[in-house]
Amino acid sequence: MTQFVLRRIFYSVVTLFILSATIFLIVRLTGDPVALMAEASARPEDLDRIRQQWGLDRSWPVQYATFMQNAFKGELGKSFNYRLPVSELYFQRLPNSLTLGLAATLISLLIGIPAGIISAVKVNTWWDYAAKGVALLGLSIPGFWLGLVLILVFSVWLRWLPTSGAGDWRHVIMPALALGWYFAASMLRLTRSSMLEVLGSEYIKLARLKGLPDVVVIAMHAFKNALIPVFTLAGVNMVVMVNAAVIIEVIFAWPGIGRLLYEGIFQRDFPLVQGVVIMAGFMIVAINLVVDILYAVIDPRIRLAR
Amino acid sequence: MLEVTDLRTHFFTFGGARVVKAVDGVSFRLREGETLGLVGESGSGKTTTCMSIVGLLPRAGRVVGGSVLFEGEDLTRKSQRELRRIRGRRIAMILQDPMASLNPLFTIFRQVAEPAFFHQHLRGRTLRERVRHLLESVRIPSPEWRMRDYPHQMSGGMRQRIVGAIALAGGPRLVIADEPTTNLDVTIQAQYLDLLKDIQRETGVALIFVTHNLGIVAKMCDRVAVMYAGKIIEQGPVRALFDDPKHPYTRALLGSVPKLGSKEPLYAIAGQPPNLADLPSGCAFHPRCPEAVPRCATEEPGDVHLAGGRVARCWLVSDGLTRS
Repeated sequence: MTQFVLRRIFYSVVTLFILSATIFLIVRLTGDPVALMAEASARPEDLDRIRQQWGLDRSWPVQYATFMQNAFKGELGKSFNYRLPVSELYFQRLPNSLTLGLAATLISLLIGIPAGIISAVKVNTWWDYAAKGVALLGLSIPGFWLGLVLILVFSVWLRWLPTSGAGDWRHVIMPALALGWYFAASMLRLTRSSMLEVLGSEYIKLARLKGLPDVVVIAMHAFKNALIPVFTLAGVNMVVMVNAAVIIEVIFAWPGIGRLLYEGIFQRDFPLVQGVVIMAGFMIVAINLVVDILYAVIDPRIRLAR
Repeated sequence: MLEVTDLRTHFFTFGGARVVKAVDGVSFRLREGETLGLVGESGSGKTTTCMSIVGLLPRAGRVVGGSVLFEGEDLTRKSQRELRRIRGRRIAMILQDPMASLNPLFTIFRQVAEPAFFHQHLRGRTLRERVRHLLESVRIPSPEWRMRDYPHQMSGGMRQRIVGAIALAGGPRLVIADEPTTNLDVTIQAQYLDLLKDIQRETGVALIFVTHNLGIVAKMCDRVAVMYAGKIIEQGPVRALFDDPKHPYTRALLGSVPKLGSKEPLYAIAGQPPNLADLPSGCAFHPRCPEAVPRCATEEPGDVHLAGGRVARCWLVSDGLTRS
């Protein structure tokens, strides 16, 4: 078990290294940030001065080395635009994004898992077709469109919910729904296929042959086995929702990390984009690690293997 | 105790456009404590017959006719709810693959305990005691200790013994074993069969033994029923049937058993088993039958009851009878 955890941690570190190099290169392909930082009337000497001031005159390898050195100290650099440490900006926005991400994850789980189970248990019936329809809609309706429709119906027509911004729980409902909908659909599909696979297995046949009530067969024997891949997806989905809900956050003017990233990209704010992406990567890797360890808790074959 | 009469189970696929007559008019009886062997090639309807008895057919399958009388009750008329009270308690089943029959996420204790928990409502220490006793009866060493294990910590032979313990957990009167030794090593096979026999002696449980291994039938069974294309084409006491098979298919089947030390090429039945969705006219075996007469291709033979409780379904047998 210890060895298993250590090996997973090693893989995680390698993944983060590759990610950091990739994002470092990609932001530099978007163009020269200095042009956006200076006034339009700035002379070439001014631009050079700004470049020197932010360390952008040095070669890429040197810049990358500095960036990584600071990253190890937990310092992700200073935003060009906000003139504030990226980590400060990130953690300022994080609670908002966590609220939205958690709410959306909850919605996706509450819709996706029960619907997926029903769909698998009642395969090829009206229940199943209805669930497949919901999944298809979820995967094909773009989040921004759904968001706009929600605003139109619940804010403009019915006047039940605020259109945008953050405040009390009413502000969370629509963005969480618009965000969670898509993930609910993928959750449903995965739960369905995973359940179908398990329901077709011999041990489920044997469970039925024991004369166990259907509830026990489905909820305990089948569901526990079907849960493993669903858990993984839920974990990764949540990190994506927290860190990359760019479009939904922009539509609902939700002051989260997604909007921070959006601003960073438009301003060619290299440290900001790098920082947000690295943090997202770090969280995905961490969640995967937790999920892997959770597997071991659920599944004795992993837990007890040496 | 069990009387299956003219059981017909069909599979409807493509919205009923394709009908597969997996079981088509099967009749047999089983007495208390008796062992019936159900033999035949893959796809001859052995497993479907068993699943029809316990009422657990795949979605596309339906019992379309006949009856299954078990201790005086017709199981084909029962709801799933009523069947659930019979399954695991009065009729148990052992499946083919011991590696796949146990839930990987639950302990042995829990899986063996379930039938006693749900049917006999045993709890706590009584339940523990019962599981320990069951594991002992299938000869699991140090059961108190092993019942905390998970399936993956056990060998195939041990797992199949666990499945045996699960079958016995509800105290059944009938155990259906669907090729229980097919996936075991030969030496483990013999051990397992001995174990089943011992258990049967102790508990007086009746056994339906599904297999395609005629050697196992000879060792285990009192009576044997040979299935071909969804029908029982011959049945009778094992000795009599093996000594003097009446149906050409039974003769062919017995002829295709390899003999130890024999240098002769293995006898194989010519042709392929028929397509169950599109059976040949007349007797389903006639295209492969070395002794077929013209009548076999046009008319289907019925059951011919012979002396000694034997039944065969063949024109040669019934014509032979009328002639003599």
